[in-house]
Amino acid sequence: MTATPEVTRAVEKAHREEWGLVLAAVARLLDGDLATAEECTQEAFEAGLRTWGERGIPTRPGAWLTTTARNRALDRVRREKALRQRYPDLLRDDAVGAPGEEDDVVIDDRLRLVFTCCHPALAEEARIALTLRLVCGLTTDEIARAFLVPEPTMAARITRAKKKIATAHIPYRVPGDDDLAERLDGVLTVIHLAFTAGHVTTGAVLVRVDLVERALDLARVLAVLMPDEPETLGLLALLELTDARRAARVDADGALVLLEDQDRSRWDRAQIERGDALVVRGLRLTSAADPPGRFLLQACIAGEHAAASTWATTDWQAIVLLYDRLLVAWPSPVVRVNRAVAVSFDVGPEEGLALLDACAADPALRSWHYLPAARADLLRRLGRRAEAATAYRAALGLVSDGAERVYLRTRLAEVEAGGGS
Amino acid sequence: MATRYMFLIYSDESAMTDVTPEQWDKMLQAHNAWGESVAAAGASIVSGEALAMSTTATTIRKGGGSPVVTDGPFAETKEGLGGYYVVDCADLDQALALAHTLPANTVEVRPVIPTGP
Repeated sequence: MTATPEVTRAVEKAHREEWGLVLAAVARLLDGDLATAEECTQEAFEAGLRTWGERGIPTRPGAWLTTTARNRALDRVRREKALRQRYPDLLRDDAVGAPGEEDDVVIDDRLRLVFTCCHPALAEEARIALTLRLVCGLTTDEIARAFLVPEPTMAARITRAKKKIATAHIPYRVPGDDDLAERLDGVLTVIHLAFTAGHVTTGAVLVRVDLVERALDLARVLAVLMPDEPETLGLLALLELTDARRAARVDADGALVLLEDQDRSRWDRAQIERGDALVVRGLRLTSAADPPGRFLLQACIAGEHAAASTWATTDWQAIVLLYDRLLVAWPSPVVRVNRAVAVSFDVGPEEGLALLDACAADPALRSWHYLPAARADLLRRLGRRAEAATAYRAALGLVSDGAERVYLRTRLAEVEAGGGS
Repeated sequence: MATRYMFLIYSDESAMTDVTPEQWDKMLQAHNAWGESVAAAGASIVSGEALAMSTTATTIRKGGGSPVVTDGPFAETKEGLGGYYVVDCADLDQALALAHTLPANTVEVRPVIPTGP
């Protein structure tokens, strides 16, 4: 029987909201066997699509799906000898937890799943892929498109990572206090990279809404599950404050609109308020001895931009000070470049350019188009048009993103025509 | 259920050519102390050996016709395999924590495929 539109919508909604929960619960039952848990979860959603039309959509789809997926797992353990030997206790009547403890356990499971997917023994690209597949439920094809690799390559990457988890016995658990800060940073980095991948894509589409929203969902879940970790709140704040500008980031023709030129009335004020509130909550958890980390500081910077009603009223001095602190928390060449740009607006383009040129020697930045693009903008503001044109061309040589290319070409044409100051 | 791991210890062999007996003793003591810390952590060492320099290695390579016997280790790298331990651990996190405390710069941790009865 084909599913009605109503059933399809209900399954899609459950897929987005419950996939990770269902998979995480089954994975705990199976002692961290993620491959089997994934198959059982997939089957449970297929069963929902098949049967909800006739039997009605359950009042708690998540609970229905979890029960169904668990039953599939138990069926397999019953049927397959290898699994039966691995889980000798699973088929006892009292093996599945008592109903009363359900909610607490479920919440914990999702944390277990995300920490396992982001284990440092896995390559970073595998961590992101695994998190998007197992925690967020994106298909392998969707993930492959986000990271610009062929689907079979991404499928192999995910399979390899699942095999390593099983063979090397990467534990299915939330790390202890000793490792928590470091491991949490790994998880937050993965979510941030997924969000960023939603913004940097080739072709005409500038924002992959699915990636952006799944990353936001996951950041929200973490902020609920770990409400006392300032960096968890910082990441969610950063994503909310950045995403609040989504509607203004692209114009009617699909071209990139810079922060400077964005129509600020199109920023999502409610989302900005949510982000600001998270920043305040996060900062309250920090102290001189335990200063804010890189996500919270980046959120503070995004908050400064969101607070300015016009580009001209941006508090660049505050932003430069925040970059100074960020550079201490996270001494990265990328931060140094962004700080130089902030200085160019606070003090002047000459000073910004000097700082930018000091970054240019860093080999880590050699193929990063933003560096020549930022340099070109400063040269343009200084009226040094020939040098600006050279820098725009250098940036164009490094960027594959459709909309970013359009922006750079427009600027190049401006300086070549003798305008653009 | 414990998982068995092999800790492959790689070291810069050029630094090992002129080790004094005192340095060697010190190294052995460090490894003995590490062995005690493994037991204290609830894991257990199944076996472990120090290996002579890779210049003393001989490699047999099969495939195609008759096996080829060559002088030297299988792979030419700057760092040579200097020794190993086989350790039963609870999971990879415990194995990595123990590998961290090994008196060695580079340690590769590999799960052992169970083949016994």
